[in-house]
Amino acid sequence: MGHLFWILLSAMVVNNFTLTLFLGLCPFLGVSGRIATALRMGLANIFVLVVTSFSAWFLNRFVLVHAPYLRLISFIVVIASLVQVVEMAVKKLSPALFRALGIYLPLITTNCAILGLAIFQTNRGYGLLEGLFFALGAGLGLTLALTLMASIREDVERADVPKLLRTQALVLFIAGSLSLAFMGFAGLGSAS
Amino acid sequence: MKTDDVVRGIWRENPVLVQLLGLCPTLAVTNSVANSLAMGVATFFVLCGSSVLVSLVRKLVPNAVRISTFILIIATFVSIADMALEALVPGVHKALGAFIALIVVNCIILGRQEAFASRNTVSRSLMDAVGSGFGFMITLLLMGAVREVLGSGSFLGVPLFGKSYEPWVFMILPPGGFLTLGLLLLAKSWWHARQERAAAPAGAPKEAA
Repeated sequence: MGHLFWILLSAMVVNNFTLTLFLGLCPFLGVSGRIATALRMGLANIFVLVVTSFSAWFLNRFVLVHAPYLRLISFIVVIASLVQVVEMAVKKLSPALFRALGIYLPLITTNCAILGLAIFQTNRGYGLLEGLFFALGAGLGLTLALTLMASIREDVERADVPKLLRTQALVLFIAGSLSLAFMGFAGLGSAS
Repeated sequence: MKTDDVVRGIWRENPVLVQLLGLCPTLAVTNSVANSLAMGVATFFVLCGSSVLVSLVRKLVPNAVRISTFILIIATFVSIADMALEALVPGVHKALGAFIALIVVNCIILGRQEAFASRNTVSRSLMDAVGSGFGFMITLLLMGAVREVLGSGSFLGVPLFGKSYEPWVFMILPPGGFLTLGLLLLAKSWWHARQERAAAPAGAPKEAA
């Protein structure tokens, strides 16, 4: 159990996907203007990450042992179609949740955090349960980073910032400071 | 016209500095010049290859499945690049790790296919890909140079300042990446503001400070 806990914690804060591995930067810079949207985006991400982790494990275990060179292509195809299936299922079963996630669900397919997760999981040789905890940790980490970023940006909007800085440059500086704060978690211990 | 296809991607519509695309590799692998160069070359190859192929088959692909087709074409070229790098420069391949495979989801490449290669002739698409590819590579090298010189005190692994220089390790760590890109963007917007001020007519009344 302790092993799984470290995988979760390590993916969440020590090696935070966004702030130390730079994965999933598009939503991080794009939809981090409002806390409510950021939170929703984070939840959608957790969901897709867990689904991806499962399908990557399935592919690795049963299909790719016969054709390892097809790894990248099969990952991207399976992830894209799976997200689409999940989207249709959610739409049918729970229209309220579907409306809450909105456009973010399909867009997540092209988020590098998703493919990144599948590749890291494969490279580290994680099993099914380890992979699921890894995905959960990564998703929680993304949500944490997005929400923190959105909270800061909501305040910065009211601050007196020089006009020249009111561009993406400011967002990157904030991201840099957040990333610096997360560096403090390094050395907390890792699942390795 | 032809030269404009190339030049546009390098400066006026630079994928990273203007369109803010492909930030993930721009920040993740630019902690040394060698890594930046490898990433730049790999992306350049994938971009040119997929642009040519997409442009060749653009009339055969039904509109509804075009994005999936583009992704498949891109993933094929990335697989080639991945295996080629592993065979030719194993050290660099190991340093870049998963980020070579992640070229698949680099929005610059998909963006150029959707916006240009799927609508234009093969030669123009290639020109466009060369421009965007160079623009991306130049930005990566700029980031890599700044970060390696400050963070490790070396350039391409060659020490620059001698023993007395204490490397500013912060720059090769993740926060340094955000900071460097932020500073580059700031420099660019400052340069544009200056240009605009210089272009304003001399007799115009000064803006109230």
